Amino acid sequence: MATDKKHQLEIVTEPQFLDGSALQIPMLQILKEDGTVHKGAKLPDIDKELALKMFDTMQFIRILDERMIAAQRQGRISFYLSSLGEEAASIGSAAALDDGDMIMGQYREQGALAYRGFTVEQFMDQLFSNERDLGKGRQMPVHYGCAALNFMTIASPLATQIPQATGYAYGQKMDKDGKCTICYFGEGAASEGDFHAALNMASVYKVPVIFFCRNNGYAISTPSQGEQYGGDGIAPRGVAYGMKTIRVDGNDIFAVYQATQLARKLAVEDNEPVLIEGMSYRMAGHSTSDDPTGYRTRDEEASWRAKDPLSRFQAYLIKKKWLTEKDAEENFAEKKAAVLAALKEAEKIPAPHIDELIKDVYDTPTPQLRAQLEQLKAHIRKYPEAYPKTASRIDGGDK
Amino acid sequence: MAKMNLLQAINSALDIAMAKSDKVYSFGEDTGAFGGVFRATSGLTEKYGRHRNFNTPLVEQGILGFANGLASQGSYAIAEIQFGDYIFPAFDQIVNESAKFRYRSGNEFNVGGLTIRTPYGGGIAGGHYHSQSPEAYFAHTPGLKIVIPRNPYMAKGLLLSSIFDPNPVLFMEPKRLYRASTGEVPEEEYTLELGKADIVREGKDLTIVAWGAQVEMAEKAAEKAAEDGIDCEVIDLVSLLPWDIDTVAESVMKTGRLVVTQEAPLTNGFASEVAASIQDKCFLYLESPIARVCGLDTPYPLCHEKEYFVDHLKVYEAIKASMTY
Repeated sequence: MATDKKHQLEIVTEPQFLDGSALQIPMLQILKEDGTVHKGAKLPDIDKELALKMFDTMQFIRILDERMIAAQRQGRISFYLSSLGEEAASIGSAAALDDGDMIMGQYREQGALAYRGFTVEQFMDQLFSNERDLGKGRQMPVHYGCAALNFMTIASPLATQIPQATGYAYGQKMDKDGKCTICYFGEGAASEGDFHAALNMASVYKVPVIFFCRNNGYAISTPSQGEQYGGDGIAPRGVAYGMKTIRVDGNDIFAVYQATQLARKLAVEDNEPVLIEGMSYRMAGHSTSDDPTGYRTRDEEASWRAKDPLSRFQAYLIKKKWLTEKDAEENFAEKKAAVLAALKEAEKIPAPHIDELIKDVYDTPTPQLRAQLEQLKAHIRKYPEAYPKTASRIDGGDK
Repeated sequence: MAKMNLLQAINSALDIAMAKSDKVYSFGEDTGAFGGVFRATSGLTEKYGRHRNFNTPLVEQGILGFANGLASQGSYAIAEIQFGDYIFPAFDQIVNESAKFRYRSGNEFNVGGLTIRTPYGGGIAGGHYHSQSPEAYFAHTPGLKIVIPRNPYMAKGLLLSSIFDPNPVLFMEPKRLYRASTGEVPEEEYTLELGKADIVREGKDLTIVAWGAQVEMAEKAAEKAAEDGIDCEVIDLVSLLPWDIDTVAESVMKTGRLVVTQEAPLTNGFASEVAASIQDKCFLYLESPIARVCGLDTPYPLCHEKEYFVDHLKVYEAIKASMTY
């Protein structure tokens, strides 16, 4: 390989240092902030049905996020994490994929999951950790996962999913199944060692993976520029690792869709890993445990509110006459009612039976685990008032 | 004296250490001007500047690698890992680097100025990744010291000792008690001895050993047992590495019974080490088997946290079982 032509070094006789300015990475934008199309921009091939599905999903996620933040404040769920302002990044990219492609998220990609068809009831079951939750109530709210929808279960540790995406895509490549993996993460997570390992390995193995960085400006309180990184964001790293890279306006659903559609083609047809950096802004706090007034100004937030991805897309759809203001309002009210109804139902569903506690540690519980469970159940029977969630149906119950 | 919660006591210790030496640095994810997600480092940037108390990029292995380097250069590096559950990317830096720096160089170099602060433990609806008690992984590593305070007074004195101790120290903070535990704390500097257990309740019938947030459960269980006429001695281990075998052995020789409690899963937890060492030292004094009251051998669950958690009732039941053996 050392004699490969592209690896032959050009010889210079004067010392030269390169800096970041040697690489200027532009940002793709198709829809302007007011929802009009840039002159000369080529619109992605999206029909009315697809456009409205994308819009509906964005609207649904916005309602879900708003309602569940309120539910957390009311003490009905323990925790929530909003994707406010970043809906276009996850929904626009998910829309450009095949339903058989694997999605590996960080924890702010509820939009991609909703686009795949996760129902409002399924969201609520996870958020309320009830016995219908696919994850059996074991993880904190928003740690969704669904094998049927090819959405890998979320883990809180950051960036661990990025090299896993490389490995998953390697398997897809070997199977020649024509599928790829998309992996979402934030610009903060891109500081982790796992990010670098993932990109390097993807580049070496040439696997069908799309790394989608949601650069939303903050990792909890830490601003991206100057404190998370000193260079020009995340995109140059893709170039450095030798992969196709593009930067897009993450609040422009058309730019996100188009870039992801092309990335998918590169990944699936040419086994080219791709890095997409979507520039956006985390309008909400990091989570319900966070209060952004401690580290950023209202003015800064207002400047980003003007770039809102949902109102931008809505303005486009109205101008295009695919949607009316009235439709949008009615849809909003309808979805809100559905969210409220699902919430009220899900919170009445009981917690998983205590027998679930020891399942899935291994494929089958070990004798030690069975003994520990029996000991625990004997203890709960002795003090039922101390463990009200499980005591009432510890011996059979309704199952 | 001032009334402080556990976070304020930690903040006070950091403040005193930074005032004492210009070579003390404090850093971690969100720990700069914002003061950390739990506010343990608030006010430090204002007081000492952003070159002394600062944010790091989001990379735990980087934080610990940087801290090892800074400490090897002769500074006091206080590195915060935001949650104990997120310490594992830094495992290599801690286990292979911090712990072996002095030994492998024949004492040519050391990272004695390193202190790793990290919140640990459950009871806060944190699910798998905001609840774990990973002390046993590190307690298996010669070269590290491990310190876990149970209340604000202990936290301040132990943290000051840890920062200036000539060995790397993993200082694990019971986050359930950050705001829940309050008490009188001297405003000035004071230190508490590392490696020394603390008898928090004297008794003659049975010894309970605990550390960190579990000491509260041990004390509550001892109170409940007292209603049955059982007189428990409660020992806070304080340091897990090195740990004070003598204080525990002396107590068990007196009581003849031992219950060890930990939040972490049963198998290969630090309670097992205590049990093994004490049966070795006190075999002929034991009236009943040494009991371990621990988490189940499962990941830390969200919806069954109450059932999984080692509460005072489970400790109380172990006391009764030991007494009636």
